[in-house]
Amino acid sequence: MSFDTDPGRYRHIRLEVDGEIARIVLKVDENGGIAPGYDLKLNSYDLGVDIELHDAVQRLRFEHPGVRAVVITGGLDKVFCAGANIRMLAQSSHAWKVNFCKFTNETRNAIEDATAHSGQTYLAAVNGTAAGGGYELALACEWIILVDDGSTAVSLPEVPLLGVLPGTGGLTRLTDKRGVRKDLADVFATRSEGVRGRRAVEWPLVDEAVPRSRFEETVRRRALEAAARSQRPEQPAAGPRSPGPGARPQRSVAAAPVPLPPLRPDGYTYSTVRAEPDGDQVAVTVRGPAADADPRLVDEHHWFLRMTRELDDLILRLRTNEPDRGTWVIRTEGDLDAVLAHDVGSDAWPFGELRHYFKRTLKRLDVTSRSLVALIEPGSCFAGPLLELAMACDRQYMLDDPDRPNAVRLSRANFGDYPMGNGLSRLAARFLAEPDRVAKLEQETGRRIDAAEALELGLVTFAPDDIDWDDEVRLALEERAALSPDALTGMEANHRFAGPETMETKIFARLAAWQNWIFTRPNASGPDGALRRYGTGRRPAYDRRRA
Amino acid sequence: MSIDYSERIPNNVGLSDDRRLQRALESWQPRFLQWWAEMGPALPTQDVYLRTAVAVGREGWAHFGHVPLPEYRWGIFLAERDTDRRIAFGQNKGRPVWQQVPGEYRADLQRLIVIQGDTEPASVEQQRRLGLTAPSLYDLRNLFQVNVEEGRHLWAMVYLLHAYFGRSGRDEAEALLLRNSGSEDSPRILGAFNEETPDWLSFYMFTYFTDRDGKYQLGTLKESAFDPLSRTCEFMLKEEAHHMFVGTTGVDRVVERTAQLMREHDTDDIRAHGGIPLGVIQKYINFHYSVSLDLFGSETSTNVANYFTAGLKGRWQEERRKDDHVLTEAYSVVPRVEDGRVADVRLPALTALNADLREEYVADCSTGVNRWNRILADHGLDPALYLPHPGFNRHVGIFAGHHLTPDGRVVDPVAWAAGRDRWLPTAQDKAYVLSLMRPVYEPGRIAAWVTPPRNGINGRPLDYVYVHL
Repeated sequence: MSFDTDPGRYRHIRLEVDGEIARIVLKVDENGGIAPGYDLKLNSYDLGVDIELHDAVQRLRFEHPGVRAVVITGGLDKVFCAGANIRMLAQSSHAWKVNFCKFTNETRNAIEDATAHSGQTYLAAVNGTAAGGGYELALACEWIILVDDGSTAVSLPEVPLLGVLPGTGGLTRLTDKRGVRKDLADVFATRSEGVRGRRAVEWPLVDEAVPRSRFEETVRRRALEAAARSQRPEQPAAGPRSPGPGARPQRSVAAAPVPLPPLRPDGYTYSTVRAEPDGDQVAVTVRGPAADADPRLVDEHHWFLRMTRELDDLILRLRTNEPDRGTWVIRTEGDLDAVLAHDVGSDAWPFGELRHYFKRTLKRLDVTSRSLVALIEPGSCFAGPLLELAMACDRQYMLDDPDRPNAVRLSRANFGDYPMGNGLSRLAARFLAEPDRVAKLEQETGRRIDAAEALELGLVTFAPDDIDWDDEVRLALEERAALSPDALTGMEANHRFAGPETMETKIFARLAAWQNWIFTRPNASGPDGALRRYGTGRRPAYDRRRA
Repeated sequence: MSIDYSERIPNNVGLSDDRRLQRALESWQPRFLQWWAEMGPALPTQDVYLRTAVAVGREGWAHFGHVPLPEYRWGIFLAERDTDRRIAFGQNKGRPVWQQVPGEYRADLQRLIVIQGDTEPASVEQQRRLGLTAPSLYDLRNLFQVNVEEGRHLWAMVYLLHAYFGRSGRDEAEALLLRNSGSEDSPRILGAFNEETPDWLSFYMFTYFTDRDGKYQLGTLKESAFDPLSRTCEFMLKEEAHHMFVGTTGVDRVVERTAQLMREHDTDDIRAHGGIPLGVIQKYINFHYSVSLDLFGSETSTNVANYFTAGLKGRWQEERRKDDHVLTEAYSVVPRVEDGRVADVRLPALTALNADLREEYVADCSTGVNRWNRILADHGLDPALYLPHPGFNRHVGIFAGHHLTPDGRVVDPVAWAAGRDRWLPTAQDKAYVLSLMRPVYEPGRIAAWVTPPRNGINGRPLDYVYVHL
């Protein structure tokens, strides 16, 4: 399974860019399912559709600096989007469903991230039925415009029709983002026909309901208003830059586009990252930049951009393709100074985009259902942004060998540039009860920290010496591999997110965790369960006992 | 102010004792009358010789008299209750039918009633300008009879929404008047009901083909385990029969006039003589038949399967069928396009119920074509009319996206474009038919493109003044 695509290869969506406004038009090819066995009717989606959406959201940020508002709309008659394809869900394994939902959640979060941090405000032009995941897609947008034609409704019919939850953030965003009262949310989410028109505005499930004759005009006006508020940079950042092949400046004042580097892995070997599956583990290695790489020349060869994009893709592919390998052992190799040189410390275009991209990639790691172990060895380059990789891991082992220097380096990157989904830096979450300690660590910024000191500072779990190292690491990995994978997934997800809840953590923890439990219950996925019976014309038979 | 409901609204549902229903209708009835004034027949009339249902018995529902249209008494009638009636199909088979809406099925039942209800006023809206070009007072009267009865069918659905679905039912009832046929901002739910009925040939075709779809939909709802819906639809079917009579005899009369002119002038092209050529009639058949087939929905439908299992909507003449009426183990054969050809595929019967209903409909439609061909034969002409292949000109279901000729061959878009004008009415055909549409309001007179009916209404002669203008 590959997550690589580009607009020239899209089958299901159309990306239209017109000055400051882009449109993502959903027109799903019924016969274009990524797996056999189902038709993608009524703009329903599967992983293949979402991969295109993910690609479009990503490219808009880098390749379209002039775009300040993005309209998501339906390209079929009277249909916005019917959500995830039910037959696809019904025929999928539990692991596939969970992984699929995680990915779609990450893309919805990326839509909100673009609105919040990239000056690209997303608007949903709901020009037809928006059901389930279709409405959830709209919920990820900043502003929802519903066509008011007396019949088009938004709905979350999962509970009444499928016996599962609207698991792509729907329940959470209703209450936490839109402020829908819990009693009205209760009515809405149990009413298969949904809510339309004025009432949808009152509840407030949408921001406005507009007659068809004024719909396009209203969408355009709202998009232009959003574009006018955008903080997206208008001045090109200082410094030389290659605009990339075929790219032309769209407005004289707009920043130059940054083409996303093509993904051309050989197996799991990319230009800056590689993964070696081995038994129940995968060894992931991230290579630092060459000493002479220019951090300010952001083109498709830029190390930080490439590394981020390749690591992001690797995580997605390993999650999907290697479900049996429960532990990822993460290493780096390269030069600490060269890594820090790429930590530009500026949010000027396009460095802000780079930072947020790596932030999103690290967040993917945070919610990955694998045991993550960092091995910090001589020759590694866990500095600044790459040190975050180690901090995202469940454990950190650092070799303390007096004959071979081994160090990590902190930078400002470790103190808030790459927040987790709970809004905290990984260090702040690590030392939740000791905020002073984080402040002290900040004073250590920039200098080399060796193994003994890293252990003392609490940056690593263990620092075995060269005699113990091999056995310590081997035993730890083997011991872990023997534990229940389900218990590990649950335990890790709990430990990683110390501290406050946010909408994002609630979506992944409260909503997704309940959803994943419901998915495995006979009431949903048993032979008589709602999900399995859906589409057969037979009604589900529920075990009425509450658990 | 107290209103005598049983006088203003003839009914057999105990309206005068039902305060909840009275409250609902108090606000709805003025809106309905306003809708009728704005969206109902455009031709002003003094009164029309109409049949008004005042009771469900044989005599009660065929009560004739001249009535000013806005004063027509739209009533609420359910067929007599069978107190022993049991659910005939689905997982609740054998249990007593429901007199109330089970909460479990509220949303589905409401949806079924709203979709049915939405079509009733739609056809009134589609036909509102036809009175301006009526070929005779007899036809004009039939048009208005169809219109008021569609209005009554709307009442029937609104009654169910008001009486059984609480607040959300009242909201839906209101929305039935807010959506309008062909409106850009709030169109009717089903596509076919947003097309204007521009001429009388279209009207006859509509009442033959599209109202016949209505008959089959009502027939499936008549089987419903929700008894008030079943009884409502049973009574509506009696009225629907008249609408199809208008269509059947209307097309009869057009075909007959065409045959007369063909014989008289010994030519196929009877345009010069003011008739509608057989080729144009065939194109109208092709269009209205294919559009009506779309109303049956997708051949494979999960919703319909759910409705069946739940007992909400049965099959045509469910109780006469010789099977288990549960269908969980049954299969049906449904056509689909494979490798450029129409091939049969075997599917679970439950999900293929729309196709089952459509087949019943197709068989019924073919009787009309046989009838029209007999008229041709009676005039010594070859039986030239036919029903096109069910895959022809389809926009809904498994044939959508494919191009099929009337004889069922799958062709490419180029061949389709090349043949289209031979198969479907062209702008010229429509303009020609429209050019024939001149009003004939003199009692006993009839337009030249259609023959007079064999009989008048309710034993009245043809020159009876059915409508006072």
